[in-house]
Amino acid sequence: MQTTILYIGRDTEITAVMNRLLNARPEWKGLCVCKNEEAISICKEQHIDLVLLGNGIDQESESELKNKLLALRPGLKIIQHYGGGSGLLYGEIMSAL
Amino acid sequence: MSQFILHKENTRGHANHGWLDAHHSFSFANYYNPERMHFGVLRVLNDDSIDGGMGFGSHPHDNMEIITIPLAGAIAHKDSMGNSAVIKNGEIQVMSAGTGVSHSEFNANADEQLNLLQIWLFPNKKNVTPRYDQQTLDVAARHNNFQQILSPNADDAGVWIHQDAWFSLGKFDEGFETAYKIKKAGNGVYAFVISGEVTINGQVLSKRDGLGVWDTDSISFKANTADAEVLLMDVPMELN
Repeated sequence: MQTTILYIGRDTEITAVMNRLLNARPEWKGLCVCKNEEAISICKEQHIDLVLLGNGIDQESESELKNKLLALRPGLKIIQHYGGGSGLLYGEIMSAL
Repeated sequence: MSQFILHKENTRGHANHGWLDAHHSFSFANYYNPERMHFGVLRVLNDDSIDGGMGFGSHPHDNMEIITIPLAGAIAHKDSMGNSAVIKNGEIQVMSAGTGVSHSEFNANADEQLNLLQIWLFPNKKNVTPRYDQQTLDVAARHNNFQQILSPNADDAGVWIHQDAWFSLGKFDEGFETAYKIKKAGNGVYAFVISGEVTINGQVLSKRDGLGVWDTDSISFKANTADAEVLLMDVPMELN
């Protein structure tokens, strides 16, 4: 069974890399977007197991995003992704799940 | 009462990709050990050996303080901020990835092995403007002395980063004893033995062993062999 992971980060290049990395593993399905609105729209439409917050999201925007996502999916796991690549990704996801 | 954690060399994660032989003191890439996630804000300590001319093509980073210390050979670095440099043994490189930066790292020499330590610390502030720096260190100043090579302060010795961390390198004669005073309350020290054998707080450490010590304000140190070389990473134990 696939784990569905939603990544939100402001940098388009990093977001593209995260999309490639997350979808390279058959056990993960990665949905990667740059805007909060896109993330909220996805969360309305489908089940999400884990949210990764990437780069460039300011504190106010992060709080607003978390509140909206949790209102849609109470108990949803939301963690910070650090490093912008493969180095920490596997460990972050394994620890969160 | 001080606490400690010992990471023996042969318990590190290991990945041999042919051109890259990597040892991970903490979980990294496909090496996952829930008991080896971080020591305070110290998240990555990779001991990489890279074949001549080989390396990592352009790849992005964000929100991480990345420190590279070549132990042998030289690295050719290029990044999206316009920096292009070669960093060799006796130098230190730092990159604050912040909002995002791409870089490549290659062995600068075709016929010489490159061995480097790459260290990642969680930053004390997210989404900073990316920055790059490198410095040539006075290698003679670390003889029987913990030479500061990194701090949080731009006007202090060594490079600086966005974290309340201090790194020191020392190379010691056999039998030399000293103590290291932790720079900030709440910090711990992770000692990594580059070469030789040392005793820290009563723990005998060999080449590439790591020892993390916290809940103390200083550590005792003794070099058991000639040319014992140690890197001390004095880091906050609480994640920001």
